[in-house]
Amino acid sequence: MNPHRLIVSAVVATGSSVVTYAAPFELPSLPYGYDALEPFIGKTTLLTHHLKHHAKYVATANTLIESGSALLKNLSQEQIMTAVSSGVELHTENVGLFNNVAQSWNHNFYWHSMKPGGGGKPRGLLADKIEKDFGSYDKLMGEIEKAAMTTFGSGWAWLGFDKKSQKLVVTKTTGAGNPLTDGITPMLTIDVWEHAYYLDYQERRQNYVNAFFAELVNWDFAESNFIAATANDTGETEEL
Amino acid sequence: MSKLTFILSALMAGSASAFSMTMKAQSGSNLRREILQKGAAIATAAAVPAAAKAYSVPDLNYPFEALEPYIDAPTMKIHHDKHHATYVANINKATEGKEEVDIVALQLNALEAGPAVRNNGGGHYNHAFFWDEMAPPDEAKKTKPSPALEAAINKSFGSLDEMKAAFEARAAPGALFGSGWVWICVSGDELKLVGTPNQDNPLMKGVADSVMFPILGLDVWEHAYYLKYQNRRPEYVSNWWNVVNWDKVSENFAYVTEKKAGVPVRG
Ligand SMILES: [Fe+2]
Ligand SMILES: [Fe+2]
Repeated sequence: MNPHRLIVSAVVATGSSVVTYAAPFELPSLPYGYDALEPFIGKTTLLTHHLKHHAKYVATANTLIESGSALLKNLSQEQIMTAVSSGVELHTENVGLFNNVAQSWNHNFYWHSMKPGGGGKPRGLLADKIEKDFGSYDKLMGEIEKAAMTTFGSGWAWLGFDKKSQKLVVTKTTGAGNPLTDGITPMLTIDVWEHAYYLDYQERRQNYVNAFFAELVNWDFAESNFIAATANDTGETEEL
Repeated sequence: MSKLTFILSALMAGSASAFSMTMKAQSGSNLRREILQKGAAIATAAAVPAAAKAYSVPDLNYPFEALEPYIDAPTMKIHHDKHHATYVANINKATEGKEEVDIVALQLNALEAGPAVRNNGGGHYNHAFFWDEMAPPDEAKKTKPSPALEAAINKSFGSLDEMKAAFEARAAPGALFGSGWVWICVSGDELKLVGTPNQDNPLMKGVADSVMFPILGLDVWEHAYYLKYQNRRPEYVSNWWNVVNWDKVSENFAYVTEKKAGVPVRG
């Protein structure tokens, strides 16, 4: 195993700024201050979400990995998610392993999907591709907001790049689900677990989703993920 | 080559697109659940049209602040007036123009009926059930399991304390991941502890090992406790015993034992 490969693969899978190595995983810092997303996402929400929820997922993932095999200790978060969802028994607590590793990954990706002074429209190559695959930015917005609103219970809505069809797709996952396990590379995500918005919006998920896209979304991050996903792609897919 | 070696070596192969290979996800209950919900067809219209308001939100038997300090008034108000009311509005919409079915009976085939009935019909039953098994703490503490229920608890769990410990473990975030409910049910001549995702419940065929009749249930969706407890779900769960009305739970036990049917709810 070449450890450098793992890192390269992780970069490709996650875009430029979100990289995971082998365990023990660290709780990554937020890319902005806890009050930076006020008033759309409150400081208390970010403190709790990052230092309690996200931190707990990372700690639990590390505990599970620590009690697992030597092999498990050498895998990146992406590899653990993909292997478990492919039916590989990596740990006696396989479901818990997946949930905590995926939630560690998903939250880090979510932090980067927002920024203070975000919002607006995508630009450059990503904007062109959105036009091509969805017809227009408005149509993409319609789809992604619908995905965020119709995820029943706890889950995530995503903009992803499907390497097989070479198209951008909107998808939603429940619980800790991540589209990587379906061969879709994430470009952007919104957390629609109630804890992401309950202190600020209570049952009004629609208001949170609206604020996310109008005021917070980080299209530069999505574009960097899109460039990373396409630049390294040969257009070939591998079947197992 | 073992399956593990095969998949991992493929993952680590030189290709930069190693993580987006078109591997078939074979497991993952979340994924399966979503497919199930997407794939299920909504029952076709029957002869007798239902009124648009077949189901309603029952008033609470106590004021919103009555469960303080264990469940706070703002949580109760939003939970009842917004969350429960939305489930009721949506189940009325989903069943409009169809034969009117009692909310208990609606649960049995909810999975086949599709996500609108499953999620909103379940959401209505579960919440209506939940409100009525609680009472203000000073009243709740005067209640206790009936002799028959106590005997059943001792038989299935050893003691009431052991049942509570098992229940709390099942309700922990690691055991019941995400949104859902934890139940004590009658199954045959035993009591069973069951966790269900989202608004599913053990009255729904296909949710638990067999159809079971709940006598006690706890909402562990984050909306049930987040304003007061945030991430501290275990504290919410252990505090909740202070507002459980064991007289009502005993009544539920007597009903399902005799009728072999789900407990009726108001609304
Ligand atoms: Fe979250
Ligand atoms: Fe609820």
